[in-house]
Amino acid sequence: MSELTSLTIAAARDALAKGETTATELTEACLAEIEGADALGAFVHKTPDIAREQAKAADARIKAGEATAMTGIPLGIKDLFCTMGVASQAGSAILEGFKPEYESTVTRNLFDAGAVMLGKLNMDEFAMGSSNETSVYGNAVNPWKVDDRQLTPGGSSGGSASAVAADLCLAATGTDTGGSIRQPAAFTGITGLKPTYGRVSRWGIVAFASSLDQAGPMTKSVRDAAIMLGAMAGHDPKDSTCADLPVPDFEAALTGDIKGKVIGIPREYRLDGMPAEIEKLWDEGKAMLADAGAKLIDISLPHTKYALPAYYVIAPAEASSNLARYDGVRYGHRAKLAAGEGISDMYEKTRAEGFGAEVQRRVMVGTYVLSAGFYDAYYNRARKVRALIKRDFDDAFDQGVDAILTPATPSAAFGLGEMTEADPVQMYLNDVFTVTVNLAGLPGISVPAGLDAKGLPLGLQLIGKPWEEGDLLNTAYALERAAGFVSKPEKWW
Amino acid sequence: MSIDIETARKVAHLARIRVEEARLPALAAEFNTILGFIEQLNEVNVDDIEPMTSVTPMRLKRREDVVTDGGYPEKVLANAPDAREGFFAVPKVME
Repeated sequence: MSELTSLTIAAARDALAKGETTATELTEACLAEIEGADALGAFVHKTPDIAREQAKAADARIKAGEATAMTGIPLGIKDLFCTMGVASQAGSAILEGFKPEYESTVTRNLFDAGAVMLGKLNMDEFAMGSSNETSVYGNAVNPWKVDDRQLTPGGSSGGSASAVAADLCLAATGTDTGGSIRQPAAFTGITGLKPTYGRVSRWGIVAFASSLDQAGPMTKSVRDAAIMLGAMAGHDPKDSTCADLPVPDFEAALTGDIKGKVIGIPREYRLDGMPAEIEKLWDEGKAMLADAGAKLIDISLPHTKYALPAYYVIAPAEASSNLARYDGVRYGHRAKLAAGEGISDMYEKTRAEGFGAEVQRRVMVGTYVLSAGFYDAYYNRARKVRALIKRDFDDAFDQGVDAILTPATPSAAFGLGEMTEADPVQMYLNDVFTVTVNLAGLPGISVPAGLDAKGLPLGLQLIGKPWEEGDLLNTAYALERAAGFVSKPEKWW
Repeated sequence: MSIDIETARKVAHLARIRVEEARLPALAAEFNTILGFIEQLNEVNVDDIEPMTSVTPMRLKRREDVVTDGGYPEKVLANAPDAREGFFAVPKVME
């Protein structure tokens, strides 16, 4: 493993500023690691030419004294982000050959700050999955390994998690609709932040469920998450839900002082049959925050149990609408038609050929819950339950809670293929601790906090108040320092 | 609520996804598993609760109703599977 590629953003920034390395050196080191890591299935479209050009520009910028914290930092970009002239397929066959004529706001912001794109990262098709097994590119693989099995890096941002954990890049972009940043971060021993809904522009990110989707950083430290979020965030007139609020200096919020902070422990997150190791990790996290001077209080979020079923109405409903655009007319795949077949055949065959099984299932479930006669019974009821879930959090914050501590996932990473026989609902349960945060629009962060008995990483989740990412990151920073997680996967790829 | 094969066929058609006849029973079974899971929502008392329309209490930004973008049909058509004379081309829609 190259020492340069294992740097954090913060360390690389400092080294670049002191002239100890260059953006070009950093970039070449990452490109070399990526070339040797095809077995991880993380980078699915490599962009070395763009990377070298951006690195050269970054070096000139650093020399001119005009660098930002992200200048010269080599990143991986999830395939869900539209990147100009570079394949952006959302992990789907239906977008085969699609090369956007535009740049997503997030990647534009990162590039404007001087960041370097190494390539596009694997993901579950249209971000629908928790194991990166629904991708048209094949599986992304977890760099962590404890026996001869290949493990999932989680999903949907599985390629991002794998690439950051394996030191193929310094950090990566992810997106999170029900846990797709935080669950893979937990499975791979890295930090993953889902910002408050509206903190980061969704413009140019392939839409899954628009009221839940939010992009965020996947990094090697809490400090890096703070730095990278600062570069990703900001008001964007092209996304009407993107908040017109100032972006604070998130890194400056990292004092590590959480004395007197009130941390809520929600009793509903103690699940029947939860592995003892997860419960133990949670208890350790509580002790760490208490030792740092925080005050722990028991809280109740009574509608927690209904978050996943509400999500599995709302997300497919929005997906069925968002994915209606993939019809073989404007971009991507179009099915070959037999003589006499018309436009309806074109739509139906194109979508049957282009969408994988899980995407088809969710589009059809969404279609059903929005169809005449069921709209009230399913969709409106789910939106009412969503309002109650948000109210649970509002009540907790009104009681004076500053942040909420929960496990990030109900288990450590599982083996690829181990869930194929299970029904879809079993896979959905991966998001049981994370999905509430999307439904309530809150910021949430997964911090690596320990290893299970087999030696696989486990994460803890902290949930914050809307727009208070700085405060949340500071609590996460205190947890990170107390947990002292430094383990890295041993290189086998 | 249980989904039969006829309903599965109808939903597939509404979603404009071609599903072979032989696959419909399995599809209906998958729908029933997922809907069975969703049925839990019926346990919740939602009387007098408004369905959520926006997760943040912010008013959507408005802007002047003016043209802000455009004027490059070649870029719009660049990714089309079939484009002719400045238009998207599709199979004949009307006889």
